[in-house]
Amino acid sequence: MKEFKYVITDPEGIHARPAGILVKQAAGYQSDIKIAKGEKSADAKRIFGVMGLGVKTGEEITVTADGADEDKAISELETFFKENL
Amino acid sequence: MVTISGKSVFGGVSIGKLMFYKRSEKVIKRTHVDNVDEEWSRFQKAKDTAVNQLKGLYEKALEDVGEANAMIFEIHQMMLEDLDYLESIENIIRTQEVNAEFAVATTADNFSQMFAAMDDAYMQGRAADVKDVSERVLDILCGVSNGIKEMEEPCIIAADDLAPSETVQLDKSKVLGFATMYGSSNSHTAILARTMNIPAVIGLGDTLSEKYDGSLAVIDGFTGTLYIDPDEETLSEMKKKREKDLEQKALLEQLKGKENVTKSGQKINVYANIGNVSDLGAVLKNDAGGIGLFRSEFLYLENTDFPTEEQQFAVYKQVAESMAGKKVIIRTLDIGADKQVDYFGLDKEENPALGYRAIRICLTRPEIFKTQLRALYRAAVYGNISIMFPMIISVDEIHQIKAIIAEVKAGLKEEGIPYRDEVELGVMIETPASVMISRELAKEVDFFSVGTNDLTQYTLAIDRQNSKLDRFYDPHHPAILSMIKMAAESAHAEGAWIGICGELGADLELTEEFLKMGLDELSVSPAMVLPLRKRIRECE
Repeated sequence: MKEFKYVITDPEGIHARPAGILVKQAAGYQSDIKIAKGEKSADAKRIFGVMGLGVKTGEEITVTADGADEDKAISELETFFKENL
Repeated sequence: MVTISGKSVFGGVSIGKLMFYKRSEKVIKRTHVDNVDEEWSRFQKAKDTAVNQLKGLYEKALEDVGEANAMIFEIHQMMLEDLDYLESIENIIRTQEVNAEFAVATTADNFSQMFAAMDDAYMQGRAADVKDVSERVLDILCGVSNGIKEMEEPCIIAADDLAPSETVQLDKSKVLGFATMYGSSNSHTAILARTMNIPAVIGLGDTLSEKYDGSLAVIDGFTGTLYIDPDEETLSEMKKKREKDLEQKALLEQLKGKENVTKSGQKINVYANIGNVSDLGAVLKNDAGGIGLFRSEFLYLENTDFPTEEQQFAVYKQVAESMAGKKVIIRTLDIGADKQVDYFGLDKEENPALGYRAIRICLTRPEIFKTQLRALYRAAVYGNISIMFPMIISVDEIHQIKAIIAEVKAGLKEEGIPYRDEVELGVMIETPASVMISRELAKEVDFFSVGTNDLTQYTLAIDRQNSKLDRFYDPHHPAILSMIKMAAESAHAEGAWIGICGELGADLELTEEFLKMGLDELSVSPAMVLPLRKRIRECE
């Protein structure tokens, strides 16, 4: 299992648009991808789960990947977060 | 004639027959099913159909309103294919042995409640998206079709509220306007109406009822009014208003995108004055280069108590974002004198125009001022906001303001709230004192904006609300023009820029004179932007 931590800088937090793009990207990996904020955790392949976390700007999230392509998933997702959120 | 007031989301006048958007009456009943596998696959088929419809809508929206607005339909597809959503529906069908319709309706309720319970206005608004996608599946399951009967002639579409998918599906060439009973000006529908340039009034309430289907109606998108069965007088007045609007639009077509430049190549910025968020549409429509004066008072005047930081932040942010990087000059609160608000608890004064108002209130009651400044510095992250202070008479006031700003920024930093550090600051030149010390003021700030209405009243010692004095009142008085000239020279000597945001800025007889003085900007009401541009382009 691989993970990284990231603090959201987008002023609107993870709102509908980036959540949509994130879910699309996460769906492309075999690994299980999870996003956690504090004690709450959501499957990154499910848009309701991701939006339901209600992640706001300045909050820290932990992204984990578990599966065959976890290395690739983590490095690409980290880039995604830095560029979009 | 029936007159209903609502909120305008897009200006313009349209005249035509009202046509009600008919939604099928669906009563979702819970019924027992024996074959749950069959029921589940019935749902899956309906869902696939819905996803395909949404793909089509996405393509249509992409063409009509652009990628950013079309994205919502892609998100709707994802919602329909979300595993949590699907698992919930499958579970209900299988464990309770019930029909797909009931499972979808129950799931939609649960998921939209999850959004409605979130502590974030944006996420709360997403509850409507869940309902919208679920309705689509339910329609397919129930075999009903929604919408408008084939429109033979262009109509004004009336509805309780319209979902984004419903707005986009309409044949645009046949839609004269929108009139809805509910909805917010931030809803997707309002945004789409603005993007599609269609006059729209929302929040008309339940006076708008289906019994008016087919009646002649007029939308006055400027005032947010809907007239049903208008009388002769109203109709001819509205026809005139519509013609004037169309003329303005023709002028726009000619002048849109053109520079504000004289024949000899001198350029000047032409911005617009606004008094409410609802004026934004007019600003964009008239191709103003920015907002030269955003009167923040409406936030206070329309409230029964001090507007909160979040309330103010949301408004400033919306304006900054709508202007997409163009300058937005927001004037801090200018209450007092002729603008009274009960909850401020201001005493009656002998001489209100010379009294406790504007910056004087802000500096004696810094808690009110700080709330506004916090909202402004936070919103500045989202666009090109400048802050302007009214009724300045001394350099010391600027020092006091700057000390309060430093406190506000330190507070935001400590709390880890994002804000913009460097915000352009300016003062209103509206007192003779500020003109006399303009050289000193210009060392302290980035820009001046001349408020000619107050400057004239204070310079000529004429109460502008006393009509008996009209014969003594000369807006072109040489004293005023010398003052503006003096302020301009001071500003430029210290590297600041200067504009006019008072009524005189729109006085086309003076445009040439202002250009000669070397003014950098004129800010006028949105409707005057293009006539002024025309005048500038005629000057030598």
